Amino acid sequence: MASSEQLASDATPVTETVGAPNLASPSQAPMSEGSNSKRRPKRGVPEGLWLRCPGCAAVIFRNESEKRLNTCPECDHHFYVSASQRIQQVLDEGTFEEWDAHLMPTDPLHFKDQKAYAERLVAEQQRTGLSDAAITGGGMIRARRVAIGVTDSAFIMGSMGSVVGERLVRLIERATTEHLPLIIISGSGGGARMHEGILSLMQMAKVSAALARYDSAGGLFISVLTNPTMGGVAASFASLGDVIFAEPKALIGFAGPRTIKATIRIELPKGFQTSEFLVEHGFVDRIVPRAKLKSEIARTIDYCGW
Amino acid sequence: MATQDSPASGLAFEQPIYDLEVRIRELEQAGNKSAQTEDQLRSLRRELAEVTRKVYSELSPWEMVQVARHKDRPYTRDYLNLAFEEFVELYGDRRFGDDRAILTGFAKLDQYKVMVVGHQKGRTYKERSACYFGCAHPEGYRKALLKMRMAAKYKLPVICFIDTPGAYPGVGAEERGQSQAIAENMYEMSRLDTPIICVVIGEGGSGGALGIGVGDRVAILEHAYYSVISPEGCAGILWKSGAHAEKAAEALRFTSKDLLEFGIVDTVLEEPLGGAHRDHHRMAARLKMFLIKTLRELAQKPSAELLEGRYQKFRQIGVFLETPVV
Repeated sequence: MASSEQLASDATPVTETVGAPNLASPSQAPMSEGSNSKRRPKRGVPEGLWLRCPGCAAVIFRNESEKRLNTCPECDHHFYVSASQRIQQVLDEGTFEEWDAHLMPTDPLHFKDQKAYAERLVAEQQRTGLSDAAITGGGMIRARRVAIGVTDSAFIMGSMGSVVGERLVRLIERATTEHLPLIIISGSGGGARMHEGILSLMQMAKVSAALARYDSAGGLFISVLTNPTMGGVAASFASLGDVIFAEPKALIGFAGPRTIKATIRIELPKGFQTSEFLVEHGFVDRIVPRAKLKSEIARTIDYCGW
Repeated sequence: MATQDSPASGLAFEQPIYDLEVRIRELEQAGNKSAQTEDQLRSLRRELAEVTRKVYSELSPWEMVQVARHKDRPYTRDYLNLAFEEFVELYGDRRFGDDRAILTGFAKLDQYKVMVVGHQKGRTYKERSACYFGCAHPEGYRKALLKMRMAAKYKLPVICFIDTPGAYPGVGAEERGQSQAIAENMYEMSRLDTPIICVVIGEGGSGGALGIGVGDRVAILEHAYYSVISPEGCAGILWKSGAHAEKAAEALRFTSKDLLEFGIVDTVLEEPLGGAHRDHHRMAARLKMFLIKTLRELAQKPSAELLEGRYQKFRQIGVFLETPVV
């Protein structure tokens, strides 16, 4: 019996990634100041002018990378981009109109771990300039009007709580009534947000139900997976696209690699839970490098006759 | 009969209950009872009921989790045996295999013909390893969806019993699309054209639970729980150690009472005194009554109304501030 209990409790953290962020994150991305701080400061070189690519370890100019939509000029490693940068990269200039920005997160559980959730929210809002982990709105992609949502992995791991769920559902419902193609770009290592408990879990069902209605109405949903897309986000809207794109080498999966390793106690195969792994197993339609994303979305919309 | 034994249940907070049970059993087993012994037995039994009521009315969320995971707690298979007249198991997802962590099949409940979909944890070691302790793989969710679609085709209501620590975290599960399988189930269940009743009978473990958890009515047993993450998992991330599971259990607000308050469940089914593991028959009878009543209610609804109600039920979940747009 002891062994069965043991195994049962090992199996429990399954759910870890549904709420849980133990994954590669913006804080690991080279954009963060922190990653440079341990290295010897170079005299005369302004802070953050250089970065080291986590993909190939080359030292590169930040400017150069930014020109290439935050990818490495040496190895094409895709760095973190914020939701607003993403919108700039994908939409025609000046066409974005944000919807439902007035929805604000609150603390329904009065959740407190080592820090109160209410305080965490304020700190995250100040740090990222976002009100919550998703931005939604309307805009144009190569002159085609679309409804677009983007989750930002910088805000509590891009996790989905009530505001993310509600913004996405309102986006989907509006895309349904206005007959717009729908694009959702996911960057969520955290899945469903633990700090809002069961309310977060239920957002998965709520968003999926809205997508089912959009689908029944003939909608076209293009889901774009970026690094990382895990847990409850992967297990809801991110996996429900009519067409699913992924950026190269993004981490995508249900359970976090650490949880899996702790449960089955074997080395994970090379390239496990990457975009390429998902293509190989049939769960992603195409890997689309960031530079091609806009044109690939436009082309898909055309093919589907929208 | 050593009274210093720990309770057979393995639940430390049941010690006072266990001690009384042992004393009662000793007296019962003693030969030729005097009137005095009979009196003593009567008063001990009364005391037992009181103590049990007290212990169970003061359960902490973490203790509730222990009850929900109790090895003697009735599982889907037990309810199929006790509450249903017949169960005709249907196996396999016709794509990969047959997942033992989710049982599916035709069943008869009173005069109703239904499709039952339920997690199964297994009681013996062999059963438990065959079904990964109730942790389903993608083929389990796909099997569930396949049978639910068939049920809708023939207008059979669907009854889902939820009892899982979570969906299985493994290499094969990821290779075969655990995320996609769970997502598709929620997507299709939200528009499946037949009544769906979901009951959390033990552990409602996150996405693994929700993968068969979208329905017209969602009920939970009194001492079951339903959570975005296991308390151990939450503690490991936010407190950096699984040892803080008790604190996480408090913080997550996942008891049946909380869920009713948040509007996540429609009904809390009261458990027999001292938990469902003490009286399978009574629990099964209560569950049966609830299911029949709910089936009768849902059967009267036209399909458009049913589906709209199901959509709105999930649509309204969420708590946020909506500041007026200036």
